[in-house]
Amino acid sequence: MKIVVVNYGAGNVFSVMMALKRLGYEAELSRNSVVINSADKVIFPGVGQASEAMKQLKATGLDQLIPQLKMPVLGICLGMQLMCQDTEEEDTVGLNIFQLSVKKFVGDYKIPHMGWNNIYDLKSPLFEGIESGERMYFVHSYYVPNSEHSIAKCDYSGEFAAAIHKDNFYGCQFHPEKSADFGEKVLSNFLKM
Amino acid sequence: MLAKRMILCLDVKDGRTVKGTNFGNLKDAGDIVELAKRYSDEGADELVFLDITASHERRKTMLTWVEQVAEAVNIPFTVGGGISSDLDVSNLLSKGADKVSINTAALIKPALIDTLALCFGRQCIVVAIDARKEDGNWNVYINGGRKKTSYELFSWAKEAESRGAGEILFTSMDHDGTNQGFACEAVARLSEELTIPVIASGGAGKMEDFYDAFTLGKADAALAAGVFHYGKLAIPDVKRYLDSREIEIRI
Repeated sequence: MKIVVVNYGAGNVFSVMMALKRLGYEAELSRNSVVINSADKVIFPGVGQASEAMKQLKATGLDQLIPQLKMPVLGICLGMQLMCQDTEEEDTVGLNIFQLSVKKFVGDYKIPHMGWNNIYDLKSPLFEGIESGERMYFVHSYYVPNSEHSIAKCDYSGEFAAAIHKDNFYGCQFHPEKSADFGEKVLSNFLKM
Repeated sequence: MLAKRMILCLDVKDGRTVKGTNFGNLKDAGDIVELAKRYSDEGADELVFLDITASHERRKTMLTWVEQVAEAVNIPFTVGGGISSDLDVSNLLSKGADKVSINTAALIKPALIDTLALCFGRQCIVVAIDARKEDGNWNVYINGGRKKTSYELFSWAKEAESRGAGEILFTSMDHDGTNQGFACEAVARLSEELTIPVIASGGAGKMEDFYDAFTLGKADAALAAGVFHYGKLAIPDVKRYLDSREIEIRI
């Protein structure tokens, strides 16, 4: 199985590579369209700032490539948010795979939403072997609202999508690569798709 | 519900973990990766590494052990110690660190916080503050607690937040290494005045201290080192205790 982690200069790709290594997979890090197109699974990570990340995606043509991919694609954190239509973070236009608008957390809560929170209403083979209520590690200031695409929910000053799915595209707001054993289980479930 | 975090801190010197008391008297506390792995397996929610190596080799050795830690552990970790530029941060993040902690460099050049938050996102910028209460004022110290600044804890924390800090790691130098409990009053004030998470550090000695930090201190996370390094407390016991007292915690 060929796993490619999209390398677009943003985010903590190394952690994802290491998590895959712990699971026994050697992944390839690439921004090359030929390499990405030849993958069986693509992971689209992301940590950082949305507008900067989109700039990088545009500069490398990945903004055109990613929405057209046919194999299972997993967007993580900012990666998931960038797969949406747009985000309130610097009013950035996203890849529009999911027709969803990313919102900023507002309210009397600490922001970023940082730490281990429960996920529930799990509705996908991505969560096979994971009980509703298990905790995953989140770090984000913007969120994807719940919709028909939600396959996991989380609550922080209101409910939001902890994971989304449409066709071959999956996204999770939490960091499976940093969510201890249950996070690694999510990654290994994704690799089985 | 979001859980309170228990963060294990490892001070690193010349590639080994060390633990001191009241910012002095260093003792060897073990191999970095081994300890990191052990704490993550025992249920630590996060790890913080502070490299206090004085030599010019620090930047290079840091990248080596950061990479080893990233390979071994599956929970988030923060790296601090002598970080003073966006290049330092970019190097550390590229080796798998999730966050960086800045202290002295931020006080010397506060605009560094703005730059780092813009480049890497505020969620990975932890501003660490070492402070000591003197004549009723919480004075901020730099250079590992050796040099007093003209800054005051609460106003500096506010400034750091407005410049783009994602978290404040507050160490009470008066409490650090004493095992007499956290500086709950100051932590609570920070937590109330800030809108970003606050990590309480310095003083953990018994299970109740963590309970107090999360209740009286309103801390989002509590950090400890020596009390776990020397086996005085075990993470699973503390977590079960907190859970039994209805603190939201990851078991």
